[in-house]
Amino acid sequence: MTLLGQFALWAAFVIALWAVVISFSGRWRDRPELAATVVRSVYAVFACLVVATLALWKGLVTHDFNIEYVAAYTSRNLPSYFVFSALWAGQKGSLLFWATVLSLFASLAQLLTSRRYAHLMPYVAGVTSAVVAFFVSVMIFGSNPFERLPFTPADGRGLNPQLQNVGMVIHPPMLYLGYISITIPFAFAIAALLTRRLDTGWIQAIRKWTLVSWLFLSIGITLGMWWAYVELGWGGYWAWDPVENASLLPWLTMTAFLHSVMIQEKRGMLKRWNLGLIIGTFLLSIFGTFITRSGVIASVHSFTQSNVGYFFLGFLVVAAVLSFTLLYTRWPQLEAEVRLESMLSREAAFLFNNLLFVGIAFSVLWGTLFPILSEAIRGTKITVGPPFFNRVNVPLGLLLLTLTGIGPLIAWRKASAANLRRQFVAPLTTGLVTLVALVGAGMRDPYPLVAYALAGFVAGTIGQEFYRGVRARRRMHGEPVPVAFFRLIERNRRRYGGYIVHAGIIIYFAAFAGMAFKVQQEATLKPGESVELKSPFGHRYRFTHVGISQYEALNRVVSAATVQVTKDGKADGLLTSEKRQHVDSFKRPTFEPSTEVGIRSGLQEDVYLVYAGSVDGTEEAVYRINLNPLVWWVWFGGFVLAFGGIVTMWPGGGPLIASRRPVQAGYGVSLAGAGAAVEAEKD
Amino acid sequence: MQDGMSRRNFLGLGVALVAQDSLAGRGRLGTLRDPTVVGQPRAPTREGENSAEIQAIETRLACNCGCTLDVFTCRTTDFSCTYSPKLHREVLALREQGLTAQQVLDAFVAKYGEKALMAPKPRGIVNLTGYLLPGAVILAAGVGLFALIARRKVAVAGAAAADGLAPEVPAANASPEELERLRQALSQVDD
Repeated sequence: MTLLGQFALWAAFVIALWAVVISFSGRWRDRPELAATVVRSVYAVFACLVVATLALWKGLVTHDFNIEYVAAYTSRNLPSYFVFSALWAGQKGSLLFWATVLSLFASLAQLLTSRRYAHLMPYVAGVTSAVVAFFVSVMIFGSNPFERLPFTPADGRGLNPQLQNVGMVIHPPMLYLGYISITIPFAFAIAALLTRRLDTGWIQAIRKWTLVSWLFLSIGITLGMWWAYVELGWGGYWAWDPVENASLLPWLTMTAFLHSVMIQEKRGMLKRWNLGLIIGTFLLSIFGTFITRSGVIASVHSFTQSNVGYFFLGFLVVAAVLSFTLLYTRWPQLEAEVRLESMLSREAAFLFNNLLFVGIAFSVLWGTLFPILSEAIRGTKITVGPPFFNRVNVPLGLLLLTLTGIGPLIAWRKASAANLRRQFVAPLTTGLVTLVALVGAGMRDPYPLVAYALAGFVAGTIGQEFYRGVRARRRMHGEPVPVAFFRLIERNRRRYGGYIVHAGIIIYFAAFAGMAFKVQQEATLKPGESVELKSPFGHRYRFTHVGISQYEALNRVVSAATVQVTKDGKADGLLTSEKRQHVDSFKRPTFEPSTEVGIRSGLQEDVYLVYAGSVDGTEEAVYRINLNPLVWWVWFGGFVLAFGGIVTMWPGGGPLIASRRPVQAGYGVSLAGAGAAVEAEKD
Repeated sequence: MQDGMSRRNFLGLGVALVAQDSLAGRGRLGTLRDPTVVGQPRAPTREGENSAEIQAIETRLACNCGCTLDVFTCRTTDFSCTYSPKLHREVLALREQGLTAQQVLDAFVAKYGEKALMAPKPRGIVNLTGYLLPGAVILAAGVGLFALIARRKVAVAGAAAADGLAPEVPAANASPEELERLRQALSQVDD
């Protein structure tokens, strides 16, 4: 099978190169059969890569340890679902997975795109084939998943214990799907530049793709946080690690694009900016891959480092030069159709929102690269950890949260003073009430206070939008509130799905701010001894060490340390944290002992128990215990965010013509009649 | 047995002693069947060595094992790390010498260099640039954007005036019929 896999990789490489050459030579313009061949080659590459993937999967499932990748990432006693997910556990397999999914997306783009954009599709095929050819070339020339060993080991090394978690079965594919699908909007952008069809057509063609990318990235990042929280055991979910930052960068620029693209659709503005954002997002996804795999910056995600990172650096430079040169040559044709009229307009709010998104992306990139720059300039090594990122990014994040509340309140084109008064009263009141209530409750930390007040303000904005929408439907159609609520969302999914996403963002911010109040304690306990901690919500927890039991399970020897928990004097059950020594099928240890955290999750706070080890080989256990406030809400915020994204991209629903129609009147039109006023500043 | 203790009582006493030993915190400390599978042997946590002050110092110090974590987090998370427990002992020793938190941090910087800190000090041109550049870039871009919008606003108003067009549509009074027609139109646009 490895021979078949190798052959499939080479075939994919040659076919993809051929598609690139034909596409960019432009010969297909005079010969329609060539255009059809370029498109068909996309499907052929996909077929080849599916064969290669199945060949590697067969090697994994049949424990063919003569294949270096199989021996390095699996063992005979590895549970079957981890054998399956081992495809993306290591660098070589994940490159194959990446290329296969990219070719799948490239094929879907060819299949699903409307015929209206047929003129773009051969170039789209060319760009996607170029990216696929690059990934396949990295495998063939730098990191071959089918490489064989000179001997066949009796058993493999097994999977890194930190990857033996259900989160790692789902999290990497989600993140990869996000990274990979960015290539499709990028391909359309390049195709639009090459064909000089620079109206909003290409934007409409990629709308679903950008949402798909954003959704997968969002889910992938949230799952990554969850995995870090439950598996790494350091007590948090975001450490500003370079690899985490690398996933955040394209998410930030993609989110900026999803906002600014509305201005292009509505007003014909920001064409250059939008193209720049799409190109930048694609390059940042490649940059993330470079960071993850090169080892150029120290990261806890060290299991995928190798020299192939420099393949990505080269590709990044070439792609950046070609893309931005192309954008520069089309610059005059990307003039805005109208000018911005007022600072008090939704366009201006979106512009500043974009500025902040890109600014935060720059800030994160800057912090990630700053150790390298500092060493190059001063010759001094420095560490840039969470204190740096928090100091620089928290104020920017709060500004962004403010704009999340302001944007939907301001009319398109130009807002009047009366409009602003009417729109802002309720949200500002909500924010102020939140602030006063928290100060009254004794909260004094400035950043969390501001974060919660702003969350209240944005919640007020969203609530007001839903309230007015429901009220309008009730007036016009006489519907009951629940029916009006659901029809409101159903009939304008893009707008109200967006508000649901904003609600998810508020929940995120509120939950993140909660971690400012976490409590942690290390304690050494003999059986029967206990330690007490007071949570930020005032609950008193007592942890009594029960004992340690050792037993064998599947592919590991488990040492389980258990504490009895009481909350405010009432029994709250047992909580267990484990040390796991993974072994191969000959009972030989494969990795250092790993830690399994014991977590009891609640709406107010999580109890987070880590068994650190034992004193002198006895049952006297050393624990780290955290009380982490509001963590459950991070996962719920992620769910709300994803749900909002799905609502937004769900087919149908909403006035298609109206949503694409340029804005005609953005300011309030007050109609005095029958004691009623109808405002027309809807988007 | 001749003292009046029956065999049943003797066995009962033995069971009671065993049971008492097995109660948590009441008997001899049990030993693990295989201590090698729980990682490095740990020293008992002493009084005060995990105080809020020590935590505050250690969360500002970087572990030098390459993990990117701070000393407190690393020594209570990565139990194979041999660096962070050593750094922890250094922090305790310095505190026992009577050094303040800042003096402990300074002592670490003097010994290990600036990389000992989780974030560089906001001093010196390079470090200050590191802290201030993102904010400065955003501020400059924001001011530039503001100026651009203001300039274009003037240009638009000027063009409108030259065309003889009013820049804003005045509010209109409407009859109930007109109002209803507008409602219908709006429901088609945004419903």
